[in-house]
Amino acid sequence: MNETLIYTIAILVGLGLIAAVVLYFVAQKFKVYEDPRIDETEAMLPGANCGGCGFAGCRAMAEALVKQDDISALYCPVGGAATMKAVAEYLGKAVAEKEPMVAVVRCGGTSCNRARINTFDGARSCAVEASLYGGETGCTFGCLGNGDCTRVCNFDAIHMNPETGLPEVDEEKCTACGACVKACPKQIIELRKKGPKGRRVWVNCVNRDKGAITRKACTVGCIGCGKCVKTCPFEAITLENNVAYIDPAKCRLCRKCVAVCPTGAIVEVGFPARKPETAAATAQAQTQVSAQQETTIAQQQQEGGEQHA
Amino acid sequence: MSNRIVAPSPHLHGDFSTPRIMRDVVIALIPAFAFSVFIYGLNAVFVTGIAILSCMLFEWLIDRFMLRRPCTLGDWSAVVTGTLLAFNLPATISPWLIILGSLVAIGIGKMSFGGLGRNLFNPALVGRVFLLISFPVQMTLFPDTAGVDAITGATPLAFVKGALKTGTPVAEIMPNIDLGGLFLGFKDGSLGEIGALALLIGGIYLLIRRVITWRIPVFVLGTMFVFASILWLANPELYINPLFHVFAGGAMLGAIFMATDYVTSPMSKKGQAIYAIGIGVITILIRVWGAYPEGMSFAILIMNATVPLINMYVKPSRFGGNSPKKK
Amino acid sequence: MLKTFRLGGVHPHDYKISRDAAIRMFDIPATVTIPLGQHIGAPATAAVKKGDRVLVGDVIGTATGFVSANIHSSVSGTVTSVDAVPDGANLRKPAVTIAVEGDEWNPAIDRSETLVRECTLEPKEIIAKIAAAGIVGLGGATFPTQVKLSVPPGKKAEMLIINGVECEPYLTADYRLMMERGEELLVGCEILMRALGVEKCYIGIENNKPEAIGHLRQLIAADTAFASRIEVVPLKMRYPQGGEKQLIAAIAKREVPSGALPIDVGAVVQNVGTTFAVYQAVQKNRPIVDRVVTVTGKKLANPSNLLVRIGTPISSLIEACGGMPEDTGKVINGGPMMGRAMANIDAPVTKGTSGVLLMDERSSLRASEMPCISCAKCVDACPMGLEPYLISKLSRLRLYDRLERERTADCIECGCCSFTCPSHLPLLDYIRLGKAETMKLIRARQAK
Repeated sequence: MNETLIYTIAILVGLGLIAAVVLYFVAQKFKVYEDPRIDETEAMLPGANCGGCGFAGCRAMAEALVKQDDISALYCPVGGAATMKAVAEYLGKAVAEKEPMVAVVRCGGTSCNRARINTFDGARSCAVEASLYGGETGCTFGCLGNGDCTRVCNFDAIHMNPETGLPEVDEEKCTACGACVKACPKQIIELRKKGPKGRRVWVNCVNRDKGAITRKACTVGCIGCGKCVKTCPFEAITLENNVAYIDPAKCRLCRKCVAVCPTGAIVEVGFPARKPETAAATAQAQTQVSAQQETTIAQQQQEGGEQHA
Repeated sequence: MSNRIVAPSPHLHGDFSTPRIMRDVVIALIPAFAFSVFIYGLNAVFVTGIAILSCMLFEWLIDRFMLRRPCTLGDWSAVVTGTLLAFNLPATISPWLIILGSLVAIGIGKMSFGGLGRNLFNPALVGRVFLLISFPVQMTLFPDTAGVDAITGATPLAFVKGALKTGTPVAEIMPNIDLGGLFLGFKDGSLGEIGALALLIGGIYLLIRRVITWRIPVFVLGTMFVFASILWLANPELYINPLFHVFAGGAMLGAIFMATDYVTSPMSKKGQAIYAIGIGVITILIRVWGAYPEGMSFAILIMNATVPLINMYVKPSRFGGNSPKKK
Repeated sequence: MLKTFRLGGVHPHDYKISRDAAIRMFDIPATVTIPLGQHIGAPATAAVKKGDRVLVGDVIGTATGFVSANIHSSVSGTVTSVDAVPDGANLRKPAVTIAVEGDEWNPAIDRSETLVRECTLEPKEIIAKIAAAGIVGLGGATFPTQVKLSVPPGKKAEMLIINGVECEPYLTADYRLMMERGEELLVGCEILMRALGVEKCYIGIENNKPEAIGHLRQLIAADTAFASRIEVVPLKMRYPQGGEKQLIAAIAKREVPSGALPIDVGAVVQNVGTTFAVYQAVQKNRPIVDRVVTVTGKKLANPSNLLVRIGTPISSLIEACGGMPEDTGKVINGGPMMGRAMANIDAPVTKGTSGVLLMDERSSLRASEMPCISCAKCVDACPMGLEPYLISKLSRLRLYDRLERERTADCIECGCCSFTCPSHLPLLDYIRLGKAETMKLIRARQAK
């Protein structure tokens, strides 16, 4: 009995010793020198491994930060300016100041603005639907509503709104890593400047069809009329392929374009409520627009009815 | 016009569905069930009934209160697990043990992995092996079978193992064993494993319905037969007739119904062959040299563990050969 | 033992309800819309502008580059617009719209019904004529035929295989063509053999079409020139036998290696419809202006095979066959296994439209998904020997870099995996995505 016990202990201890010696030499032989600052830098980064910086994870980013002399091109969208500043101070390098960005969904085709004309019955994935056909509505550029963007978000910052059928970005949580931008097969999501006090103005549409076609498909689509381009005092708006685009670098947030857009395709967020008289004017303009729209739609429906009959 | 449906091809679907497959398995188990009712009477009905009901109950409870998802009883897999578990139990086992076995089978064997399709091990066998190791006495207490006088209270495998251990030569054991009766099912054993012929009928039904392919059962039984034959030819005094191995114990039940479980068997044909040969070899190893008289359950569980590895390295035969054209 | 391919395959019920409906001429519509991209490869460049007068058979679009095809007017009349028009998928694609005036044909075209047996042209001339006529694979793949016939240097064609399999359920266009235009078809085979310089031609037909097998055999036996060189090979019914690689495997017992082309094993495959079009182009100077379209569906009043001018709206074909049944859910351009469900049924008939299939709403909707139970039925059904469950899962998880090793690029998108899956998983939907991503990776590497 005792003998067995002793043998067992002896053998185990012996094995342990041998293994320890082997491991020690192996570790010596294959030792790789690594800059300890990489570990430190990695610890400073958020550790989300989202790939928003363009590297495969935070470790790769940390290596790049330590090894490259000029790190002004590198930026961690998740940690933002604070993190980059801390890293730069630690490494003694200079970083470029970057404005905080946020993901913006450029489609206003809610279920009430955009009529469904067929039913998609394939796998619930925008990528699958986009590769198959134009989508469930007459607008072949708008959001497909299957939520590929929500599935790739690492920060729980984008969700489908079941009422509108469109994704909504949670500004607080969004880190502008760009995962949803890459996932959207229709290139609807764009990273834009968060803006002072979260104030932003953008064209909420990417439809490149001609105005008449866009209008038929969606009530809030950009019809490429060019009114905003003419109105903009800062030449921040360009019209290309029947769709307007507001350059965030030039836009001074005057909101004149919002007022003149006949379809309400330009949206503003983060602004305080307008002054009463302007609000009334806008409301009036909008009622006019909607009245116009109604007549157009009624006409179109009539035409459509005739066609079907 | 508004209900136009658009979807990617194909626009046709075959008539297979998971519930249909599971129902077919249950149907295929009916002959063996009928045979065990014939042998064990109402006991068989009780054990099977309790096992099925408790499996379904546990699945529902776990779906409802732990995973908080819609009930998955509609896929019939709980019924299959319950039936197979019952078939692996002795007819006179206490109902509490059946319920405990069901809980282990469904709770640990299946639902802890995330439900149907995700489990690594065959749930019914997890339940059975748990009971066998925890309650060895209750699990090997078999009621006497009418028509088998020579050996009572022990399965033929246990009887042979015991006899060989005491040094009785095979020649003296053989007269006590009636291979024909063994094949028909007049032997002691778990509920469902006794009727080899009835199980075979169920297997043929599954083959006709294209639920299973011939590969796994044939390779399991074939390997057992070949391995046992080699031993038998080497020393007929020490090793018993290979036919005995194929007919006795859970060989048929295991080969036809347990090893062929979709979730826990490999995907490629080659992989299935490797898996089945592994089961055959391990079964005979345990039966001949192991501590337990029967090794089918252990063999299947051990090979279950190798399935992810087999799936990763054994690929199906590719069209146009396995090496792509170099460019 | 009838011949068939080695791996996988499924057996859908064939539902050839329009098999006995003889090919019927369809009236010329008032306007036609002829897309400029009716083939794989670059769309043709418009050769007409608004207001131009065109005759039947006039070129209205010229091929852009090597892998492209000419487009011809299918009617006579005035071009009313050259603009983007929604196709069956509701996506706007360039097309020429023509208002029909009368039915005047280009005088170079021989419209007589007499069989022109002899062909003494050089292979190069034949291929040039085929290219000029804008012939593409009419089985549905629409690959430009002249590209397939131009054997690259260093490779040699040993046999011509004519695809009369029509393994898609419901479709009967090729079957009717074999029954009604057998003589022309065989002359077409001769021409193709001449163009390729091969001495052997096999016509593969599945055994669910015994009349076609018998009819063609009879025609071949009647002519000594055919008898020694053309052979009808009956095949065991199995989907996707009409796939190019599967057909070669079935008839010649040669499998095209991964990443290679049929010509690498010495075979060239042409569809029955294409062969007939080749006959018309070479012997009659007639480009593709019309094609046979099967209009079918279980609830459709008159399932038919129609000879339709390219550019005719698909909705008008349905009207002519008894109108759209009440509970139609899907309208499919092509067969049920590989056809495309249409979002816009006013889209025009193109060179690739082999059939129009109406499915009722109940059979159109997919059953709800269940978890994968690793039953391996998709692996057993895959005719390319791939693992659909794995490829689908990897694509779903966007692990595109692992897909190439799993030979994703070999997928022929036949749909056997989705067809057979007992859990009703949309396997092919995701595999297609993964395949597209893999092809992108491969192309990016080759470009380097």
